[in-house]
Order: sequence, then C-alpha cells, then structure tokens
Amino acid sequence: MKLATGGREGYAYTGGKAFDPALPGVALVHGAMNDHSVWALQSRWLAHHGHAVLAVDLPGHGRSAGPALPSVEAMADWLVALIAAVGLKRVALVGHSMGSLIALEAAARLAEGAPGVEATRLVMVGTAFPMKVAPALLDTAVAAPLKAIDSVNAWSLSTLAAKPANPGPGTWQHGAGRALMRRLQARYAQAGHGNLFHHDFAACDRYTGALDAAARLSCPVTLLLGAKDQMTQPKAAASLAAALRAEIVTLPAGHALMAERPDAVLAALR
Amino acid sequence: MPGASDPGFDTLALHAGAAPDPATGARAVPLHLSTSFVFESSEHAASLFNMERAGHVYSRISNPTTAVLEERVAALEGGVGAIATASGQAALHLAIATLAGAGSHIVASSALYGGSHNLLHYTLPRFGIETSFVKPGDFDAWRAAIRPSTKLLFGETLGNPGLDVLDIPRVAAIAHAQGLPLLVDSTLTTPWLLRPFEHGADLVVHSATKFLCGHGTVVGGVLVDSGAFDWEAASAGSGRFAELTQPYAGFHGMVFAEESTVGAFLLRARREGLRDFGACMSPHTAWTILQGIETLPLRMARHVASTEQVVRFLAAQPMVARVGHPLLESHPDHALAQTLLPRGSGAVFSFDLKGSRAQGKAFIEALKLFSHLANVGDCRSLVIHPASTTHFRMDDAALAQAGIGPGTIRLSIGLEDPADLLDDLARALKAAEKAAP
Repeated sequence: MKLATGGREGYAYTGGKAFDPALPGVALVHGAMNDHSVWALQSRWLAHHGHAVLAVDLPGHGRSAGPALPSVEAMADWLVALIAAVGLKRVALVGHSMGSLIALEAAARLAEGAPGVEATRLVMVGTAFPMKVAPALLDTAVAAPLKAIDSVNAWSLSTLAAKPANPGPGTWQHGAGRALMRRLQARYAQAGHGNLFHHDFAACDRYTGALDAAARLSCPVTLLLGAKDQMTQPKAAASLAAALRAEIVTLPAGHALMAERPDAVLAALR
Repeated sequence: MPGASDPGFDTLALHAGAAPDPATGARAVPLHLSTSFVFESSEHAASLFNMERAGHVYSRISNPTTAVLEERVAALEGGVGAIATASGQAALHLAIATLAGAGSHIVASSALYGGSHNLLHYTLPRFGIETSFVKPGDFDAWRAAIRPSTKLLFGETLGNPGLDVLDIPRVAAIAHAQGLPLLVDSTLTTPWLLRPFEHGADLVVHSATKFLCGHGTVVGGVLVDSGAFDWEAASAGSGRFAELTQPYAGFHGMVFAEESTVGAFLLRARREGLRDFGACMSPHTAWTILQGIETLPLRMARHVASTEQVVRFLAAQPMVARVGHPLLESHPDHALAQTLLPRGSGAVFSFDLKGSRAQGKAFIEALKLFSHLANVGDCRSLVIHPASTTHFRMDDAALAQAGIGPGTIRLSIGLEDPADLLDDLARALKAAEKAAP
C-alpha cells in the first residue's frame, strides 16, 4: 500500500489483504538495512487472522522514498504520523533491532496521547540499549560497505540450516540477507542519497532516549531475544527490560529471529 | 573471512542447509521419501497453503531433503535460494517459463548443449517464444538482437562443443543496460570452478546429473537465483516483468515482488512453475546429489588436474590435429579463461583425430577405460564420437557448420589414475592410426 506522509511517498505491506483500519492494528518495523520483507512469515498470517497490518518500509528503505530520516526519534515521528494517517485507533507496535527502538519511541508518543491512537502493546525483537556500534564497523561501512554488509549478515545468523526458511523452503538465508542489504544499499546510492548502511548504524549508535521513552510508556512490553544473537546480545537488553518491566521471551536464534524462528516469533506476536 | 559465521566453500559443501535432525539426531541428511506432510491443524493447513507460514505440504512443491539440496547449491553459488528440478532441461524450462510467455523473445548463445538448442530453436516457438542465436563472443550481436519483447539473455559458461568461454561480465553488462537478466548454464564448471553471480549473472541453471552428482547415477537439475536483479526497477522502465511485479490471479492476486524483495523470482517459479508444470526432483535424487556435492571440491580438483595431463598429452600426439581446451594458448578464449576460470576450464572437451570417420570409430572401440556413452561429468572417464552417434545424420559439411569434424572426439575426464587414462588413449591412438585406409 502506497502512502503519502509529510509530503513523502511511503510504502507499507499489508499482508496480502486490503487494509481495514477498523481491525486491531499491528505495525511491524524492520531494522537497519532491511525492509518489510523480513516480516514475511509473520505479517501475512496476522493480516489473514483479523489484523490490520502495516509492515512498513522506513523512508529510504525498500519502496519508501528517501532520504532516510536522521534519527530514531525522527523515524518514530514518521511512523506515528503514518499510523494516524491510515486511521488506526489501536495498534500493537513491533520492531526489530533499530526498528525496536523506533517502535519504543513511537509507543511513548502514543502513550502521551498524540495523535489519538492507543498503543496496545510493544514487542521489541532483537533489541539492546544502548545499541552501540563498534567504531571499526562504522569505519568499514564508509570504506567498504559491501564488506560491512557481509560482516553484519554473518553476525545476524546463527545457523547454516534455518528451517523452514524465510519465505519458504529452498531459501539460503545467508544469501537472502546479503542480497537484501546489497539491494537497499545500491538503490539508496543510485537515488543520490549516499550510504544507507552508515546512516542506519550511526542512527542506532547515536540513540540515547530509550530509558526516557520507557518511563513514558503505559502498554505491556515483550522483549523477544535471540539466545545466540551476536548483534544485540541478550545481556545488552537487561537494563532496558528492567526499565520497561518487560516480559522476556528468549528463542534459540541469532539476530535474524524472524527468519530463523518464524513460527516462534509469530507465536509471541499472536 | 571464512569462519563459523561465514564458512568457506568446502565447509558449505558439507553443511549448508543441513543440521543434525532434531527428531532423531541423524547427522547425515535424512531421506524423506514422503509425498506429503501432516498438518498440525486445519488452521495450520490453511496457513501453509496461503504462504502465511513456511513448511512442506506436498513434495512436488517442496520436500525437506530436496530443500537441503536447494539451499546447499544456493550457498555454493552465492544465491538467495534454488529450486531442484527433474532434470537440467526442466531447470532451464522453469527459468524461461517463469519470465516468458507467448510473444516473448530470448537472446541466446549459439554455442549451446544440443538439448538446450532443441528447446529454444524447435520447441519453444510452438508456445510463442522466439530465440535469436548469437555467437557468444560477438558482443555487438548480443546487443543488436535485443527487442522490446526480450525477457532474458542466455549462455553457457563453457559453450558446446568448442568450450567458448562466456564473457559473463560483458554479456551481463549488455543485459543490465537493457534492464534484462542474464541466465547462465553452469553445468560444466560447477560453482567450484566459477561462480557466475560474482561476475554479474542473475540466474544459474545446472544439470546436476553431471559433476554435482558426479557419479552418473541420477538425473536432476537446479535453478538458482542471485537475488540481485531488481525486477521492479526493470519493470518500471519497460513493463517487462509483470509476472513478478503485478498481481497474479493464480495465487490470490499475490505480487511476488512485494512478498519477497529478493526472492520474487523463486516464489513464482515454485508457486506456479513447480505447481503447474510439475517437473520436480525426487527426494531420492536430491539425496544422491547431496552425496556428490559433499565431495565436489575434492572431485573437481582431481577432474581438472587429470584433464590438464590428458590435454597436454593429446596436444603432443601426431595423430591429433587439434585439442579444444582453453588451458591451451591455441584456444581462442585462453586469456579469458585465465581471468574467469583460474582453477581450470573443466574436464569435458573435444579433440580432432586426423583421418576418417572410420578411424574415429576405431579409436573409440580400442578404448578400455573410457566408457562410450552419451553423458559427461561422471567419476568414470567417458568418450563419444559425435560423427557416428549424436550427429550421425549430418554429412561432413553440416558437421563442419556445427564445429564438429569427422574425427572429433569428446572426452569427459574422470577420477581414474591419470597414467592409466594416458595409457588407454595412447593405445587407442595407435589403433586409429592402423585403421587408416
């Protein structure tokens, strides 16, 4: 579904169903260097089981026009505006990695009453706070972005045999993750916007607002963590979990939880 | 840097797509000889059918053993995924049928395996798909042959019968400049010798019957997608790939490029092509090919090392007029092969005996280790004399047109002791010499 928010052309996958804002909403927010397709095995099911699904492409990612927004807070503002624009009144916010921070910020904004939308739940998948990024990786992102992509792709996956594979059997998850990041990086550069990898990871690195946002929240929170996650290790979510008084669900997966444990992630969202 | 998170080729050949079986602990890949798989509930069944969840329903569409093979070949090629098919021909047909229909056009190398040439030249026109053939090294011809209706460019990494090396970077650049994908048949090279995606190809097909299986036991094919071709961007410019970018009535209006940003092609190929044409691979075949792939790096190293010995031996024989292998400086694509195929240009090649068809037959019949049959890529060495077998209806002029002489012999070098192979060839050459009229 194409959407225009704040003068920008945006896109959200609605799970293969026409979007009906009268249904309970679920906003799925991808992480750095990803797009809506990382939620393939959650979004389509939710849409066919009574939910109004918005699996967004963040600005500058996938089908949403660039440039990317400069901070986690700005991306949260965009998400809140988008949710209001489509007419949802109640929405569960679900985010992965960088998207989990955006979802947190968005939930805090909704808790404060703007713009008349209730956040029913927050699910932070593969999250940590602070989400610091090694300076060496940021340097590599500038000097050799394809190398940085390969590194992050390898660190995001914990197995050579993710079953049943996303979006289905016969998919080589390592190849799919790399191809998606390469595609997004290339599209962004071709559009004249620069280096998306560096932009996204720098935005994660700079973000400091999680504990403040947590203090403003009123909805229940679940942290969905990968026991074998090398990107956002479970222990790095401990202070955030305490501040949020969150339920913690730990899965035997790496950072790419939706791809490696699609059914378990879906079960946690149901 | 290869390691636990980012393994190297040999490790992937053993492990990609497979882990110890969670139900039994079996370490080797289990053979799931089952047509169908039990649903947990009616709701689970419906969600699998509607692609809301992933899993196996019916082995024409997917199977746990076959999926391991698909993921492993995709890993070795550096692709996003793969589909295993009943044969290499079925893989080629699946690739074409996913993108092309009546009114579509293909530009293909003229140096193709005979079966592929038959499909493109004789059979597909009956279904409204035309092909223009160009010499693989004539880049102006590739460019000039592209039409608004063209859907893909197609060539073999090593062409038939002269082992023309496809200049993948240049042909891919021509394709991409026109918003088209390049499909490559990589059967003779396997990913151990060449990974076409690293040079710009977008799709790869294999006859897995050959070196991937490696033992001459089963027939199968694999279609691999790099995930690099941007179907939406290409479609926006030309309207060409509506199959992937517009709603598909055959699957609830699904837009494959929306469902999967980098896996759209394989989704349609599986959900339409396997579903409707049905040329799936048997799980038993997949299991057998997996056994072969586990030793692919070891076997390919030996294949090309022995081939080099045989090529150099034959090139020094007075009864041999020409040896057509790119490792020789006399081959027109020697320099290109050094760049694209540094590990070697494969283990299948042809050479020309001096003399008549009768001398060619005498040579074949004198061989003891080389098996006379119509296949390549076996662990056993193979030989065929095209003039008296696959091309026997042609006169000498027609043979010459096809790049085949009356004394052309095709060899596929196996894994026997190289000295025994040279001994066998020396004896047969002597027999051919004696058969001179």
